[in-house]
Amino acid sequence: MDYALDITLTVNGTQVSRRVAPRQHLVDFLREELGLTGSHVGCEHGVCGACTLRVDGAIVRGCLMLAVQANGCRVETIEGLSDSKELAPLQKAFHERNALQCGFCTPGMLMAAQDLLRQNRKTTREEIRLHISGNYCRCTGYQAIVDAIEEVMQTEVTHGKG
Amino acid sequence: MKAPSFAYAKPGSPAEAFELARRPGAKVLAGGQSLIPALNMRLSQPELLVDISGLPFREISLEQGVLRIGALVTHSEIEKSEEIARHAPLLAEAVKHVAHPAIRNRGTVGGSIALADPAAEYPACMVALDASIAVAGASGERLVKAQYFFKGLFEVDLAPGELVAAVEVPAQLKDQRSVFLELARRHGDYAIIGLAAYKGKSTRFVFCGAGPTPVLAKHASAARDLDTAVSLLEKDLEPSADLYHSAATKLHLAKVLLKRAWTTLSTSP
Repeated sequence: MDYALDITLTVNGTQVSRRVAPRQHLVDFLREELGLTGSHVGCEHGVCGACTLRVDGAIVRGCLMLAVQANGCRVETIEGLSDSKELAPLQKAFHERNALQCGFCTPGMLMAAQDLLRQNRKTTREEIRLHISGNYCRCTGYQAIVDAIEEVMQTEVTHGKG
Repeated sequence: MKAPSFAYAKPGSPAEAFELARRPGAKVLAGGQSLIPALNMRLSQPELLVDISGLPFREISLEQGVLRIGALVTHSEIEKSEEIARHAPLLAEAVKHVAHPAIRNRGTVGGSIALADPAAEYPACMVALDASIAVAGASGERLVKAQYFFKGLFEVDLAPGELVAAVEVPAQLKDQRSVFLELARRHGDYAIIGLAAYKGKSTRFVFCGAGPTPVLAKHASAARDLDTAVSLLEKDLEPSADLYHSAATKLHLAKVLLKRAWTTLSTSP
């Protein structure tokens, strides 16, 4: 049966229209229809966080949202935030502190970390850990990730950068 | 895994939603943070998803001592609401245990209540707070006491074509206390065991993850001192084992939470 529906959404600032099957997840739509493969697909049931996206300004699980639900929404992916340089300080800190190894979790981890930094307030290491508690990393043991986020947070909050 | 094939409709009005939701094979989609994983794992194979996110069930309002929270209010909105922090602090505490930020941004109060996962936080809170569930359908709205709404494992007092429209929570007064405690393997994971505790004119200890529905520990709630409450808890709870914890472990952990909650409730704010 053909249940396909037409959707229009904004992805990284560009408006796109496609016909999609209702069963297609947003992350699969981005990867397969638009070729934006930076968002990764891990567990596919909301546990690992590798598919973290930003929809209308709030982070979501790309595997727990259907593409049809994103009709009319503003979607931002790791590619968009990377190109706009919004993530540049975090990317630099992750690199310098070895906060990644295989890199599979990194896009989702950066999206979750940036979501905390955007709150623009000083947070404790414990709060950083809580905020990334929905993102699995199987390589680093998290210490370096928390270090990197903490470093950027301290620089940005101290210099009053939003 | 990928979800099975289904049709999708997004009604623009409650009337249209009631009509769609009563069709055979229809499932209601709110935030989707439990339904979509179930679809992905093929635990659910609906013919039609009725996306109710366009309906006007988003209010948080206080009227005559009752806090009404619309079904589509998300966990994140609960977390940020000053009205909820002031008038339903139990919910503000419980929401911190609900999954992770990315999931809290989409998951809804109504979804949690209508699904009634036995490990979920809100159903236990609703029973502890003696809240009512506003059920809407083609013939209007009815209020059901939380205690009677949760009927069995994933079974609630909702007929085909009916939706949870809101929850109505009595606003907490100055001389009332409440506390929410939960143990999980990772912060935000499903509860091994959780406890929503309320103390006003009466005391209510309500556990999640301890049975098919929220379990009101009647004997422990009526006890006058902690030792009695702890010893009576075995009469109230018969938690079944899960993959990682035996029934005995769960009962032990329930007692641990009961002791912590008792101490908090008996300390003045």
